[in-house]
Amino acid sequence: MITGLSRFAVQFFKEIFFPPYEVDQIRKHMIELGMKTLPIVGVTGFIIGLVIAMQLSPVLKRFGAEAFLPGSVGISIVRELGPVICALIFAGRVSSGIGAELGSMRVTEQIDAMEVSGVNPFRYLVVTRIFATTFILPILTIYVIFISLIGAYIAVVLVQNMTWAYYLDRVIFAVEFGDAFPGVTKTFFFGFIVGLVGAYKGYTAVNGTEGVGKASTSSVVVSSLLILIFDMVLVKLTLWLWPTVK
Amino acid sequence: MMVEVNELHKSFNSNVVLDGVSFKVSDAENMVVFGRSGTGKSVLLKCMIRLMLPDSGNISIQGKDVLGLNIKELNELRKDIGFLFQGSALYDSMTVKENLEFPLIRNFDLDEKEINSRVNFVLEAVSLLDAMNKMPSELSGGMRKRIGLARSIITKPKLMLYDEPTTGLDPITAKEISVLINELQHALKMTSIVVTHDLLCAKIIADRAIVLDSGKIVKEGSINELTASSDPLLKNFFSDEIIETSGRGK
Repeated sequence: MITGLSRFAVQFFKEIFFPPYEVDQIRKHMIELGMKTLPIVGVTGFIIGLVIAMQLSPVLKRFGAEAFLPGSVGISIVRELGPVICALIFAGRVSSGIGAELGSMRVTEQIDAMEVSGVNPFRYLVVTRIFATTFILPILTIYVIFISLIGAYIAVVLVQNMTWAYYLDRVIFAVEFGDAFPGVTKTFFFGFIVGLVGAYKGYTAVNGTEGVGKASTSSVVVSSLLILIFDMVLVKLTLWLWPTVK
Repeated sequence: MMVEVNELHKSFNSNVVLDGVSFKVSDAENMVVFGRSGTGKSVLLKCMIRLMLPDSGNISIQGKDVLGLNIKELNELRKDIGFLFQGSALYDSMTVKENLEFPLIRNFDLDEKEINSRVNFVLEAVSLLDAMNKMPSELSGGMRKRIGLARSIITKPKLMLYDEPTTGLDPITAKEISVLINELQHALKMTSIVVTHDLLCAKIIADRAIVLDSGKIVKEGSINELTASSDPLLKNFFSDEIIETSGRGK
């Protein structure tokens, strides 16, 4: 599978430089995928922010560091939780959808029909979806981070008397460029993984409806796993590029 | 000569599907390919349009070596070829109209008026003008076949390849589709290769037929010649009798 995925990725990079660029299709997929995922990532982000703040509050109180609650919540959401949680939910929602959609097109010969009509199905179906997932996930992540911070604020208000302006000021004071930039940037990679794996599994589906089901399920499993593996690598890389302790 | 296939071989692991298939099809000729399930009929069609690569052999369409073309040349050639898939292969995220427009918008520099005119023409030809804005999921099997047929002829191809055009249809709809194919063939003067095991469909469409068995062409001739043959395989195919054949079709 790794070989197949690598070849698929190489073909993607070969195809993106040649017209037609299918801008309309990319825009259509970005809107569709973004709108489809917006509610679920919003709700999850809100709950994660709320829970993290609720969990951190007594721990920080134990060490007499309650004042650091907004900052520590902000850093953990911006650096890690926001991007990774958003990417994992996006993988579950979108990668399986792409796998099932392309898998269904494969087993019902729609992809073959496209090919015999002289249209490059890889460019039309695969490149456009990978582009869309790569560029929509960072936007969703920024949204999730914002919603999570609102969730965390509500938890903070429950235990501390703090205004929104002061809370936000503390978060902005604590979160540095070296926290926000890598946090959001790595979601481009995660979005690429989600699109690539979903499209690969669907495009290469075999054995009828059973194959479509397998493509859909394994898209989620493989893309989630790859997101976590790449996250480890990217965290190490960003800690090297932007050390937290100077 | 529109199509020339020479010594075509194709295997899937140890399973030999095409074993030296050779034939020619002239301009405006309608040839039917008969054979039991799994004898390589669909594989033959897919090799001809290079959806599959054969292990060896040559395929020439309109004098062009299909297997030697680069992707740009192949796509140019494909514009002259229509393909009706067994399951119609309509794009299920598009309406009927969008399905029909798709190959025109993507491959030809036509204005909207010409595109609409062609869409109306083919829908009228298949008697489904009122289905223009429906989704494929709203169509019956017969309607899907008709729309699939409309989509494959909308580019005015010179060669049509039909993969079991009447499979899964009731006898009346199957007959209607066969008659429709025949009428369109004559109206548009296309060459066609029809893979089928529907004798009635073949009788309506075919100028000539070949019979595939175990990856080889075992018989060639007119439908009347084939139906009158005393060969056990053909008798099994074309009559109500079931005759034991030695080793064939296994």
